[in-house]
Amino acid sequence: MLNPELKLNEKVFDEDVEQMATREGYGEGLVELGEKNPNVVALCADLTESTKVEGFAKKFPERYFEVGVAEQNMAAIAAGLAISGKVPFISSYATFSPGKNWETIRTTIVYNQANVKIAGHHSGIVTGPDGATHQATEDIALMRTLPKVSVIVPCDSHQAQKATIAACSLNGPVYLRFTRDKTSVITTTDTPFEVGKVYKYFQSESPKAVIFGTGHLLYQALLAAGELEGEGTGVTVVNVPTIKPLDVEAVLNLVKEAGAVVCVEDHQIEGGLGGAIAELLAGHMPAPMEFIGLRNTFAESGKPQELIEKYGLGKEAIVAAVKKVILRK
Amino acid sequence: MIDELLETKLVELEKKAVKIREMIIETLLEAGSGHSAGPLGMADIFCAFYFHILNHDPKNPDWPERDRLVLSNGHICPVRYVSMALAGYFPVEELKTLRKIDSRLQGHPHRTSLPGLETTSGPLGEGISQAIGMALAAKLDGAPHRIYCLTSDGEHQEGNTWEAAMFAARNKLDNLTVVVDRNNIQIDGFTEDVMPLESLRAKYEAFNWEVFEADGHNIKMFVDTIREAVAVHQRPSVVIAHTIPGRGVDFMENKFEWHGKPPNAEEAKKALDELRTLQGKIESEHQ
Repeated sequence: MLNPELKLNEKVFDEDVEQMATREGYGEGLVELGEKNPNVVALCADLTESTKVEGFAKKFPERYFEVGVAEQNMAAIAAGLAISGKVPFISSYATFSPGKNWETIRTTIVYNQANVKIAGHHSGIVTGPDGATHQATEDIALMRTLPKVSVIVPCDSHQAQKATIAACSLNGPVYLRFTRDKTSVITTTDTPFEVGKVYKYFQSESPKAVIFGTGHLLYQALLAAGELEGEGTGVTVVNVPTIKPLDVEAVLNLVKEAGAVVCVEDHQIEGGLGGAIAELLAGHMPAPMEFIGLRNTFAESGKPQELIEKYGLGKEAIVAAVKKVILRK
Repeated sequence: MIDELLETKLVELEKKAVKIREMIIETLLEAGSGHSAGPLGMADIFCAFYFHILNHDPKNPDWPERDRLVLSNGHICPVRYVSMALAGYFPVEELKTLRKIDSRLQGHPHRTSLPGLETTSGPLGEGISQAIGMALAAKLDGAPHRIYCLTSDGEHQEGNTWEAAMFAARNKLDNLTVVVDRNNIQIDGFTEDVMPLESLRAKYEAFNWEVFEADGHNIKMFVDTIREAVAVHQRPSVVIAHTIPGRGVDFMENKFEWHGKPPNAEEAKKALDELRTLQGKIESEHQ
């Protein structure tokens, strides 16, 4: 059952669960930050509307900088602004930023210790009809390998808004990952969120496996958990919004309790959430693991739900992975 | 305001530039790796900045009102480190640590390792963009300090350089002056053979910058040109500084082979002898 303490969306299992894109939460958070903090500035590379920077740009035009189609320039300008005391948020599609401008981010933002917040949009295969060129499925790995960067993947629009606000109060580079399409609203405005913490969203008596999920696929993980519980297989579903720094102690305790692990993310299985958990467990508490994510392939054009099913990221695949991992215990 | 450079100070700066070159050779010899041609070629310009142009306080490197000197082509950092040490940012003795373990003097500059560096650099084409960020912040804050960005000619082959050029002109960043070290060499050869850059002047003009040219070894002319550049309104300015790579050491001058290597002991001695006698024109004051 859903964890009642976390004030989650009680209608999450309903057919007509509310749908909202995480990028909307980013746009709202950015405007709120603009009002609270005069040092917050925003830069965008010709995608103001689709990355939802539009609201900030209209309200604070003197603090908004359009850089045109030039993602490297955007990253390094932001570094210069940050070194000078501003708190820049840079926005583009994640395939371009941090995809195209990764080295610029590495040198001028991360190694430079510049306080820049990088918002990667249109992440995952749920970017849908635009096709694989615009579906960022490697960005978590790209950012997670950089020293001392916080990597945050919100599971829904409310969490996205909270993560945006929280990113501003961290002193240092932060990567925030958002999706284009509307996804199911899992949390409420009252659900707690802190950078670096994991949250148990679904719990069963004596769980046989723990599912760690990040981003919008957490919804699929919750659907899978509901079905498994109905069949008498208890599982725990844990939301991991912060992939770096990982909530090490909590993750280890959850694995100790369940003894088997499934990781779920809309990303290549290499280097993302699953990789982070596997690296941790290999050193502390080896346990059977299964990975839900893209397997050595790009996806393609299609409707988000069609792609989720074709590439094995949905409820059915998660249920199968849980059953498989339990057998490996 | 940058003061006019008077004759007495000019003589002093010219001597200091020779001193900077000597110390670059000594520092590179001690380091055992690093770049020779670029640092020697930029010694006069660094001397002009640190000892005349910049409004700065070496004892207070984070002073918010200081002018910013951004070095985009980080590989010429020996000339920056030597100039900073002579200006009093850190003890001259520390130059011996360049490129060694536990040093603040990284092989390519790392901002947070050494106060006064302004940025981290090495990967090319990123300096003007960072300088733009600083120029935007200064405009937002109504701060009067200036931002200077030193670049190499080779890094004008990077797309990022021209992304920055477009942005600076569009945003009328008249508090930004870029200096191009036009020494015509890069690692693989002469720039015009590797990937031609000319006409650099016409390119910057087409990007709507105010363009100046100067002899990068004539300190008086360079300072006068910077004084003109800072007076430009509503546009960013660029000074194309014509320099001789390896300047001051005969066997290094104009040789792209000296781009990325340090002198050995014998070569260093020969170089120092030459610098200390001003290429045989005077008797050394040091011997």
